[in-house]
Amino acid sequence: MKDVILQLSLRSIRIHFLRSVLAALGIVIGVVAISSMGMMGANMTLSVTEELSDMANIVVITASSGNGGFSGGPGGSMRGGGSGDEEEKISEDEFKDIQKVAEKYGLVYVIYSESDTIEVGDREGRSTIYGLEDEVMHELFTVTNGTYPKSTNSVMIGPTLADRYDLKIGSKIDIGDEEEGTTTVRVVGILDERGMSMDINSDSAIIGSQKLFTGIYGGEGEYDQVNLILNDVNDSAKAKTEILERMNKKEDTVNVQDSSRMLESITSTLSTMTTFVMAIAGISLLVAATSIFNVMMMSVTERVREIGIMRSIGTQKSEVMKMFIYEAVILGVIGAIIGAILSLAIGWIVVLAMVGSTDYFFSPGSIVYIPSAMLVGIVICVVSGVYPAWRASNLDPIEALRAE
Amino acid sequence: MDEKPLIELSEVTKVYSLPSGDVTALDRVSLTIMEGEFVAIMGPSGSGKSTLLNQMGCLDRPTSGDLYIHGRNTREMNDRELTDLRLNTIGYIFQKFNLIPLLTAYENVEYPYLMKHRKPDDTGQVDSLLGMVGIDRALAAHKPPELSGGQQQRVAVARALINDPMLLLCDEPTGNLDSVTGHQIMDMLTDLNKKGRTILMVTHDAEVAKFARRTIVMRDGRMT
Repeated sequence: MKDVILQLSLRSIRIHFLRSVLAALGIVIGVVAISSMGMMGANMTLSVTEELSDMANIVVITASSGNGGFSGGPGGSMRGGGSGDEEEKISEDEFKDIQKVAEKYGLVYVIYSESDTIEVGDREGRSTIYGLEDEVMHELFTVTNGTYPKSTNSVMIGPTLADRYDLKIGSKIDIGDEEEGTTTVRVVGILDERGMSMDINSDSAIIGSQKLFTGIYGGEGEYDQVNLILNDVNDSAKAKTEILERMNKKEDTVNVQDSSRMLESITSTLSTMTTFVMAIAGISLLVAATSIFNVMMMSVTERVREIGIMRSIGTQKSEVMKMFIYEAVILGVIGAIIGAILSLAIGWIVVLAMVGSTDYFFSPGSIVYIPSAMLVGIVICVVSGVYPAWRASNLDPIEALRAE
Repeated sequence: MDEKPLIELSEVTKVYSLPSGDVTALDRVSLTIMEGEFVAIMGPSGSGKSTLLNQMGCLDRPTSGDLYIHGRNTREMNDRELTDLRLNTIGYIFQKFNLIPLLTAYENVEYPYLMKHRKPDDTGQVDSLLGMVGIDRALAAHKPPELSGGQQQRVAVARALINDPMLLLCDEPTGNLDSVTGHQIMDMLTDLNKKGRTILMVTHDAEVAKFARRTIVMRDGRMT
């Protein structure tokens, strides 16, 4: 059928070309803003998730805060000397229990850790000191320069710490403050960069043997953390459940954290951020809606007489309404299509600038923002066109015919 | 000639509420128009003749009283039904032509056809009507602002006739035309009436009113 109503809408847009272009431009900007921001968020989430899943094979077990009685127990007198806190620890027996259930999933090891004052030459600062078994050190770290510590006063250090204090193989570090007594250690190895991790953040840390650690802080057999490195990342939930079942039968003695939780929380933080940024971008669509509304109201006002003629020669209200809705939809669709094309280019630039990689640009989770933004743009256009269209269709034909 | 009533007005009153007070444009007008009549409605400005025509054209509703078209009380009809009546039963010719400026002359004539049949005219009716009123194909491709007043009124006559209405309502059809063109339009209307169409025409020109076979004179909203 020849849709004369559609023809009228198209001709009205053509006659008021500049005005229509400006209205559609609002939609273009809105669609580009929303889809670029959405794609940026999606690309960020996807690349962070990918990075994090490399270390998702770690399950961390710490003492539950409800697990009283151990801290400050025998031999614990010196622990926490650096910060004076009363952290809960995991006992040797508890570690053995954990080991019994967790062993089959991978490597189970304990960590002593303490944050303390350090002094290199004249410079003071703070660092985390880890005490680890020798074999665990070999398992976890790669030494880029030097060797693994062989004696109780030798340590390895992370690359960030080495840079910060200009430490080299053979450099000396004093651990602890002068009031409680310092221990001098010697750097024998500098580690490869390891990045952020759930188990140990070694890049700014000092890593020595368990003997060195208990020598300084005491508390032998009171571990800060037990880690399980899974052979198969998919066992994460199963291992966690088994450990919890074994350890927390009567009361909560341990907390088990697998990285899926961390991953979830990071992903959800990123998605909240994306939503927030998109909401800001959405304001541009609101501005576009106002502009479309304005254009439609002007169109109605200018065409009052035409509406009167149409109504007087037998055009139904619904048809008059359709004419203006068509106009809004056409503006919306054209704006959305141009916006979508520009989004590919601008989105690419934004993603490249903010995320640093466009590896995930065309993945479904990212590219879906373009059709979504188009849809939002078109819907906004239609919604802004509804009131002007309704007003037009409800004009009194006689009044409308009198208009000049 | 068939003597069935086409339009019946019974005590039709139209009151407009204005800030300065109520204005009675029509005051208890009762009138019957038979099928096939050619009636001129005369009277000075503000006498209510256009209001009367708008009532009969179903563009407006009476404040009180009843208006019957083909025996149906328009009071009982909703907007959709009244619009259908304007599309199928009534043809309107206005003083200011009232063509749709975005459409060509051809499309203006075709417009009511499309509204009624929901398909383009494949019967050649638009062309033959345009031919009848003296608008050739080249002229029909122009938009209204590119046509002279006389040409526009011819297009308006063709548009009013496209759905073969029983009733033609003309509001000062020659008011904006020179006398020669005006005469041509009146000849056209006379001819249409001879072929059986009922014509109601508002005019303040006695010369034009002579073309009608019955004249109603309005004064202060009443028939005299």
